[in-house]
Amino acid sequence: MPKHQLYLKLLALFAVSLILIALGCVFGSTGIDWRFTEVDRTILYEIRLPRSIGAYLAGALLGLAGAIAQGLFRNPLADPYLLGSASGALLGVGIILCLSYAGEHSLVTLIGINGGAFVGALLGVLAALLLAGGYKSSLRLLLSGVVIGVIFSAANSLLTFVRPDLYQSLQSFMLGNTSLITWNANLMMGLALIISILLTLLLSPVLSALSLGENTARTLGLPLDQLRLLLIAVLALATGFAVAQTGLIAFVGLAAPHLVRHISGGRQRVQLILSSIAGGILLLGSDLLAKSIFAPLEIPVGIVTAVLGGGYLLFLLRREQIGISK
Amino acid sequence: MKLTTPPYSPLKIGLGIVLCGFFGISIAAVEVMDDRGKTISLASPPQRLISLLPSLTESICALGKCNHLVGVDRFSNWPLSLQNLPKLGGMSDTNLEAIVQLKPDLVMVDKSSPIISRLEDLRISVMAFEIKTMADEERTLKKLDLALGSKEAGRVWNQIQAEITRANKQLDGSQKNMRVYFEVNTAPYAAGRSSFIGELLTRLELNNIIPESLGPFPKINPEFVVQAKPQIIMLSETGVTDMKKRPGWTDIPAVRENRICAFKKEQSDVIVRPGPRMGEAALILSQCIAEKSLSSK
Repeated sequence: MPKHQLYLKLLALFAVSLILIALGCVFGSTGIDWRFTEVDRTILYEIRLPRSIGAYLAGALLGLAGAIAQGLFRNPLADPYLLGSASGALLGVGIILCLSYAGEHSLVTLIGINGGAFVGALLGVLAALLLAGGYKSSLRLLLSGVVIGVIFSAANSLLTFVRPDLYQSLQSFMLGNTSLITWNANLMMGLALIISILLTLLLSPVLSALSLGENTARTLGLPLDQLRLLLIAVLALATGFAVAQTGLIAFVGLAAPHLVRHISGGRQRVQLILSSIAGGILLLGSDLLAKSIFAPLEIPVGIVTAVLGGGYLLFLLRREQIGISK
Repeated sequence: MKLTTPPYSPLKIGLGIVLCGFFGISIAAVEVMDDRGKTISLASPPQRLISLLPSLTESICALGKCNHLVGVDRFSNWPLSLQNLPKLGGMSDTNLEAIVQLKPDLVMVDKSSPIISRLEDLRISVMAFEIKTMADEERTLKKLDLALGSKEAGRVWNQIQAEITRANKQLDGSQKNMRVYFEVNTAPYAAGRSSFIGELLTRLELNNIIPESLGPFPKINPEFVVQAKPQIIMLSETGVTDMKKRPGWTDIPAVRENRICAFKKEQSDVIVRPGPRMGEAALILSQCIAEKSLSSK
């Protein structure tokens, strides 16, 4: 693909992102309203704007995590949700919430929650890898990821058994929730996104080499194992920070890389950046749907992404016969 | 030369005292500590209230401040005058925008609500409550009295107590000490002795089959109920059919002799909310027990 065409498409994606963020500021429980009285200004700057940007950032993090996972494990179905890292992150959040007091979210708790989510996500992927005996078999890895996910969510349910007062908070995390995103949360996700993108871009030669096959990659003389571990850490960082603010959001990480694959034309760096943008667009778009389908009622955004993403996954399976090779 | 400071004139001192007095009045007003241990200062009694918990809504109305409510949660449905107020969602899907839009002076919520920190970020005063027992409700009424500037807590509490006493007197010796199982939820969750429902049962001198050690609302094994042989089962109307189908439950005395208190939706609302209608709840319970034990005699 000629370079200028790629720039054009990038520009178009950015334009869509900006339009969606603008729409996110206009759509709300009060309908579309341009009279900016003082209250409306609070709603605009303190609720809708951080929520829209937050949904976009979380989606971007998940899209990036999905692209990393699919490149790293050479598995078109890998995504943070299926690999067990998202449920690991959620367990991390649950444990930190259990230790702190649920109602009071100071900056310290916020950092604690994000840290917990990161560690949880990392443990989730590593556990799935351990259980699968490596990443050689795509099918085994995905199944282990699902098993780890089930175990971790059982552990989470156990937490609500120990602290019933946490039920409401954890419940909104389990369904995916964008309605309570603050500027502080945006700061966290923004930092995480910058760090993860920079690190992945730096490490993208590994992904490119891996796309040629394990043996070819080894002949290039890269310290594959260490770099792979580093990429897993980045994957956990992106997943953890998204889950810590918005809870479990299914399929965004899976669908985003697929949507942009034909634009990127196999170039890893482009693919990573585009997946991230597509993830943002997907989640923010779903959030707008969640806000407006039953307005003024709101449905949890995780349900919207699960329905949309699940449908897309089925479509992919039928159309491409994605090879789940042993 | 000797430096002399001018003496404070009586006029200045007097002025100071008056000013201090003014500040005192305008600043002190009311300070109430909520159930998180956080002190909420209110310059004047709040005029625009939002309640996000049905039992709190009912308490506010019982204290005569219903007309100050500008919005409530989805489940608040009593008194009926509330039905035209904006509904602001439930516990896990509270509508933040709509709350801000209503410009409340004070929002009353359950202590475990995830929305508290977000509201306080937006500089909206929040008072959080944790109401699990009758004593909690008494404390809540007193705190609401203080915060809202009403003087009704004592009267409301005494009325609740009087109604409970009246309910107790409706039962004769044979009806008291009956073994009772109160099912809160078909999972099944039971009302333990330390819950407000359990406390009501105790005040009616009934014998709750759930031991104290299991806590306020334990999830129990259905087999436990079969073994405990309750003489009366209390639950919501919607659960009765399924309850009778549970394996082994037909042998329970209460099921065999059809001593089942099946509460209608409105009655359940009264019974399962730790609010000012607890007295009414006690009367509903005693009424049912009196009827059921008559019919089976």
